[in-house]
Amino acid sequence: MSLSQAEVSLETAAPGEEVGGSITREAWRRLRRNPVAITGFVMIVVFVLVAVLAPLLAPYSPTQQVGQATPTSIPGPSAHHWLGLDDLGRDELSRILYGARQSLLVGVVSLTLGAVGGVALGVLAGAFGGWVDNLVMRVVDIMLSVPGILFAIAVAAALGQKLTSVMIAIAVVNVPIFARLLRGQMLAHRGSDYALAAQSLGVRRSSIVFRHVLPNSISPVIVQGTLTLATAIIDAAGLAFLGLGGQDPGVPEWGRMLAETQRYLSVAPRLAIFPGLAIVFAALGFTLLGESLREALDPKYRR
Amino acid sequence: MALLDVKDLEVVFTRRGRRDVRAVDGVSFSVDPGQTVGLVGESGCGKSVTSLAVMGLLPKRGVQRGGSVYFDGANLFDLSDDRMRDMRGRDIAMVFQDPMTSLNPVVPVGVQVTEVLERHRGMRGAAARSEAAHLLERVGIPEPERRLGDYPHQLSGGMRQRALIAMSLACQPRLLIADEPTTALDVTIQAQILELLKELVTDSGTALVMITHDLGVVAGLCDVVNVMYSGRVVESATRGELFGTPRHPYTGGLLRSVPRLDQPRGVALNPIPGSPSDTLPWAEACAFAPRCGNVESRCRESSPALADDPLRPAHELRCFNPLAPAVLDEVGS
Repeated sequence: MSLSQAEVSLETAAPGEEVGGSITREAWRRLRRNPVAITGFVMIVVFVLVAVLAPLLAPYSPTQQVGQATPTSIPGPSAHHWLGLDDLGRDELSRILYGARQSLLVGVVSLTLGAVGGVALGVLAGAFGGWVDNLVMRVVDIMLSVPGILFAIAVAAALGQKLTSVMIAIAVVNVPIFARLLRGQMLAHRGSDYALAAQSLGVRRSSIVFRHVLPNSISPVIVQGTLTLATAIIDAAGLAFLGLGGQDPGVPEWGRMLAETQRYLSVAPRLAIFPGLAIVFAALGFTLLGESLREALDPKYRR
Repeated sequence: MALLDVKDLEVVFTRRGRRDVRAVDGVSFSVDPGQTVGLVGESGCGKSVTSLAVMGLLPKRGVQRGGSVYFDGANLFDLSDDRMRDMRGRDIAMVFQDPMTSLNPVVPVGVQVTEVLERHRGMRGAAARSEAAHLLERVGIPEPERRLGDYPHQLSGGMRQRALIAMSLACQPRLLIADEPTTALDVTIQAQILELLKELVTDSGTALVMITHDLGVVAGLCDVVNVMYSGRVVESATRGELFGTPRHPYTGGLLRSVPRLDQPRGVALNPIPGSPSDTLPWAEACAFAPRCGNVESRCRESSPALADDPLRPAHELRCFNPLAPAVLDEVGS
């Protein structure tokens, strides 16, 4: 604590450092001083690095049998295999490291799709208002009324049990959340003094929406995006657990690893615990960063 | 010919299930090129709604407009939205009350100024930037080049109002509407901003409509003053005439209620009794009757019309029983 305080005072005293700056710059400064945010950020960096560098980090191939395992005796952690072997004699650590890739991929792709769709709908509703707003919001209400899991099962049934189905399902579930959030923000900012002032200067409606209202409305969406990455990772694991994800046994996936090792819970509970911890770790990183981001960007949280 | 001629302007806010609210009820006034006209009145008398109606900035839904607003001979109410948008900022501009919220917080000041130049004067890139710096310099912002990159929260309230004035004057509009431009500022800054407005208006020959409840502002700036009460103009005269010989009891009350430095301490202020909500409908009576010291029985039975003052030239009045000129010479002086 004293160290970080010293750093803070050094930082504020540093000559030439500009006081003030844009709102995002201020938020960034608050974020850097928040230990929770740093923790979350470090966790995310570790997660992403593991995902990207899995082939370099993994001591063994995640798909090849490297030891003997029988349903009654699954070798536990040892000097060669830090997390032991799984029920098929594959190196558990390598499988978990490779599993990060699937989680990150599903998280990022479904977040991107969901956010793009939601933001588009939100801008449409927020910019036009009136009957367009009504129409878009009713569509969003309908989307919200379908349970996510049910929808995912439907998508998997329609498109087949593939990773793509999981991504689409998670994306579609998130579309209404982003749309509502952005629409509410935009409606609030559309009635603001600066929007009126811009109107009084003859600024075109498209410029008011895209240059004034949208930039002011977007920060909650960024926060929501970070938090959505966490839920997307959990949802992906959940859908994989239910057997809706990718079916290729050569591709390790945390959710499926959990499901496949259920039978050995009494013999080797670590086979469920380690992938579970991995899921928690990845999701927690995004949640911590997202929550601190919310605090940093929202003036109401400022201390 | 007058540059701006507002005739019988009416604005009614309608809402399903509620009584209609007649915010502006037959307001007429005109502004000549280079002239400064004041709209004075207390909160809720329809000053700001009048200005928004002239600018065409009232929402479409739930608002009924009546009358006409002639600008340079053309009725603004007949123009299409696109034509009106082209005129706003180029021919008619507006300065708002609260500089703290009238600038976009996430966009640098320079971008907001250049946006107007790009929109109406077709300027781009470096040319727009240097013109923006020039505009900021003209309104008295030091180091304008550096300020262009600043965000609104890095500027003080006075600086922000200066920046907003720079934006509204960017295209040398022929008419500027200032809606209580100094209300949200410190008293010391108020004087500076008023001085600046006066100077810019004189320099460029811009006509100015000054909307305010501050009689000091009116006294310092306006050529002609229209006093509004409950959506109607109740008295209209030149500045000297109005301050010298106020005839409407409401104007008299406003002048008497101003605190004076030459009064001894402890002398109570002289408020107008009642509140603006104590009004009668103009259609059947004089709206000011419940608060008026000169009230007669006919004030509650019929509505006075805005007419030339029989006793004073170039003085319009909406009152059955105005204050006597002699009594008021002493108050106004």
